[in-house]
Amino acid sequence: MLKIDNLTANVADKQILKGISLAVNPGEVHAIMGPNGSGKSTLAQVIAGHPGYEVTGGTVTFEGQDLLDMDAEVRAQAGIFLAFQYPVEIPGVSNAYFLRAAYNEIRKARGEEEVDPMEFLDVMTEKLKIVEMTEEMLQRSVNAGFSGGEKKRNEILQMAVLEPTLAILDETDSGLDIDALRIVAEGVNKLKRPDRSTIVVTHYQRLLNYIVPDYVHVLAQGRIIRSGGKELALELEERGYDWLLDTAGASA
Amino acid sequence: MSASIESLVNKEYQYGFVTDVESDRIPIGLTEETVRLISAKKREPEWLLDWRLKAFKRWQSMTEPTWPNVKYTAIDYQAQTYYSAPRSVKPLQSLEEVDPEILKTYEKLGISLNEQKRLSGVAVDAIFDSVSVGTTMKAELKKHGVIFCSFGEAVLDHPELIQKYLGSVVPYSDNFFAALNSAVFSDGSFVYIPKGVRCPLELSTYFRINAADTGQFERTLIVADEGASVSYLEGCTAPKRATNQLHAAVVEIVALDNAQVKYSTVQNWYAGDKDGVGGIYNFVTKRGKAFTNSKISWTQVETGSAITWKYPSVILQGDNSTGEFYSVAVVNNYQQADTGTKMIHIGRNTKSTIISKGISAGHGQNSYRGQVKVLPKAHGARNYTQCDSMLIGNQCGAHTFPYIEVANSTATLEHEASTSKIGEDQIFYCKQRGLNAEHAISLIVAGFCKEVFKELPMEFALEAQQLLGISLEGSVG
Repeated sequence: MLKIDNLTANVADKQILKGISLAVNPGEVHAIMGPNGSGKSTLAQVIAGHPGYEVTGGTVTFEGQDLLDMDAEVRAQAGIFLAFQYPVEIPGVSNAYFLRAAYNEIRKARGEEEVDPMEFLDVMTEKLKIVEMTEEMLQRSVNAGFSGGEKKRNEILQMAVLEPTLAILDETDSGLDIDALRIVAEGVNKLKRPDRSTIVVTHYQRLLNYIVPDYVHVLAQGRIIRSGGKELALELEERGYDWLLDTAGASA
Repeated sequence: MSASIESLVNKEYQYGFVTDVESDRIPIGLTEETVRLISAKKREPEWLLDWRLKAFKRWQSMTEPTWPNVKYTAIDYQAQTYYSAPRSVKPLQSLEEVDPEILKTYEKLGISLNEQKRLSGVAVDAIFDSVSVGTTMKAELKKHGVIFCSFGEAVLDHPELIQKYLGSVVPYSDNFFAALNSAVFSDGSFVYIPKGVRCPLELSTYFRINAADTGQFERTLIVADEGASVSYLEGCTAPKRATNQLHAAVVEIVALDNAQVKYSTVQNWYAGDKDGVGGIYNFVTKRGKAFTNSKISWTQVETGSAITWKYPSVILQGDNSTGEFYSVAVVNNYQQADTGTKMIHIGRNTKSTIISKGISAGHGQNSYRGQVKVLPKAHGARNYTQCDSMLIGNQCGAHTFPYIEVANSTATLEHEASTSKIGEDQIFYCKQRGLNAEHAISLIVAGFCKEVFKELPMEFALEAQQLLGISLEGSVG
């Protein structure tokens, strides 16, 4: 589904990604872990097409297409979804309006009919349950005045509505209390299907108790220095990152 | 910001065409003779000529204001034509007599003067250069006693009303541009709503500048008698020309006891090109006087003009009167706007609300200038001001000049202000959800302007939203 080969990327002329290779197959859950500043969020943003990052080398294909050649909105329409670490506020635009606009763009791209506000409300009624949110949430401006937890739940709500084939969760667990974490994780799990894949970017192992990964990758200084199964996450929890960094440093 | 976004904000001005009609123009220049000539062309009574001459004399002694936060090359008042009318426009008996070229012009602008095809529920007065070319729905309005006609007709048919109210809100001595307008105004609209009548239609005036090197100086006077109410809309466009053209209008509103007047503007004069060449200089004085329990509400969406200088204001004369000002002002490329309002609280328990949304893009400079003045007898006066600025790109500017003077300790005033920037992050967020950059910007801007748009009449709200999208095309630089 997603194939990254020797990807390098800069931000403001500073190299952040220094040769990432990663393959994600349908139905898989990959966790990307690593210390602060290792390039985890950069990787997520580059896959989604943020214009602030400059790809300097390597290739990324998504379902056989050259992803790096696509605008961010085309990537979204193709089925890539990024749950933002810091969801952006759009004052004055209701959540319902924003979500329907996004939903219709993605339907259009798939060759499906657009839906009117009434039809959309029916869609939403189902989706709201997934993240335990009420309809009142739809009338509020996008993320404006939302608590940290509400913002993250709103991201998962959007994911539920847009039904991406590849969802990237960028530190979705940061700033969540234990209840919100459970709701968010359960939401993600409910959306799991054999043809959908997930990349979970996280600093802590905690989220992976709820969203169980098939693979864990450790990113440090712009490279994947170790890949393994879910047990790798537990080992990191116990031993921290330092022992891996030492090994990586020694081999570099 | 990425080039793709930049290209979005520079859509072509679609009203920039010229209509080829023969016109009756007076020679350029401005002297007492010019004033007499205009008055004679309009076959005006002596009292009006006298008033014009007094205004002209006063204007000669005044100097152009320099306090607005705008820069432009000095206007040569002797290089303008002060009157230009399509030759075919004589006093018309009916709309069928209007030059087909002019009717076509309005069709092209989306305004049908054909009563059969009219927007339901809207009566239109169409002003082409210096004269009104026709007013629709007059018969329907007459049934309710509503007078809606060109200013010129009103002078001849309703002199008592004009004499009573002309200059009663904006005296000819008010300011440089008001004095100029009072001396040379050529036409405009007049509205009178009789006692207790709710005007059954939306009234609207559509201003079109067509001739080159010609200024447009129109005057609008709206009088709502006791307990009357009316909603009035104003729209403006002009051809694309490389020279600047002057538009100096005056609007006066009188809301007598218990009356309500709602005045909405969508101003889309030609703004000049992307390098700031050409465009309309828009110097407008708009003011209303609100008597006891009455309400005057200004809503404006200002997207056009090279320079905008405009402060729709309310004198809250009567007890319990209300003044409102809702404004969206957009500047792009090299446009400059210095706009805001004045709320003068004189009566007791007077109330005013100011919501101003300024959007700056390109090299545009946008200033909000607002005055809230509470006089000693205005016990219990209240004002709420909210003044928000949005910046798109790094070359533009937003400025705020609030003036607050309070002479009564029982008054309550609130002032809120904010400045935000449409960032790459907001646009990226929308794009990541599948919206393209154009859609993203229009969504973000519409959200920003929501509180103002909801005050506009329905058909105007849609137009305004579209207009905003067009004005901002290519603005994210």
